[in-house]
Amino acid sequence: MTPNERNELLNYIYTAGFAVDDTVLYLDTHPTDKVALQYYHKYNAIRQQAVKEYNTYFGPLTDESVESTTKWTWVEEPWPWEMGR
Amino acid sequence: MWNYEKRLQYPVNITSTNPAMAQVIISQFGGPDGEVGATMRYLSQRYTMPYREVAGLLTDIGTEELAHMEIVSTIVYQLTKNLSIEEIKASGFDKYYVDHTTGIYPVAASGTPFSAAAFQSKGDAITDLHEDMAAEQKARTTYDNILRLVKDPEIVDPIRFLRAREVVHYQRFGEALRIVQDRLDPKNFYAYNPEFDRVKGR
Repeated sequence: MTPNERNELLNYIYTAGFAVDDTVLYLDTHPTDKVALQYYHKYNAIRQQAVKEYNTYFGPLTDESVESTTKWTWVEEPWPWEMGR
Repeated sequence: MWNYEKRLQYPVNITSTNPAMAQVIISQFGGPDGEVGATMRYLSQRYTMPYREVAGLLTDIGTEELAHMEIVSTIVYQLTKNLSIEEIKASGFDKYYVDHTTGIYPVAASGTPFSAAAFQSKGDAITDLHEDMAAEQKARTTYDNILRLVKDPEIVDPIRFLRAREVVHYQRFGEALRIVQDRLDPKNFYAYNPEFDRVKGR
């Protein structure tokens, strides 16, 4: 996987992640809206799959998704305020 | 960014109210050594921290402090639930009640609202980590002071947990300070500020 592919996947997570974030707020005040609920499930699945791929190829996005069993990779990759994330 | 998990880091189930004790314990929410200040301190300091594992520690402890804020708030909430006006008057909780009813607001036990003046983000790795170690000890002392006042085991239990975390955080910040110092000029730790001066560290 190349840095370009990393950026592409991260942008995908930004997009799907925001779709979920925004839908969550709507659902908080419209909990029986079936269309919104379907939209949530669709984008949440997309987001989860993308995050899973990111964890495997580019390092953990959360401290619960460290995959290495030989070293703590959580503090290896750049933090989001460093450029390029 | 953050995700919320719908549970406390440590359970709180307080079955008898005690507004007088709530007014003391609330200091660890919005007081000078409270959890709001703790989380704001670490999450503010981390941006300019040049060593990735130390920035990570600030992120992770800052995140845990958000969870501690929630624990202290939960304790205060449960201690002030379903109060009668008579209980509010008799306990001295009336001075809080008049401004906030039983809403949870970040204040010190004295009633002084939370102030960012209680913490620093100095932009100097050594200075900030010393501040952080001192902050953990100040919070530990406050929890010790609370433990001398509290008898109810349902309150004591989560307070003991929070106190123990202060000690662990102090230890981790001490290790972070060592990590920073190991990368500085061994003859003079103050030769340059790794968060500002353009001198390459290790």
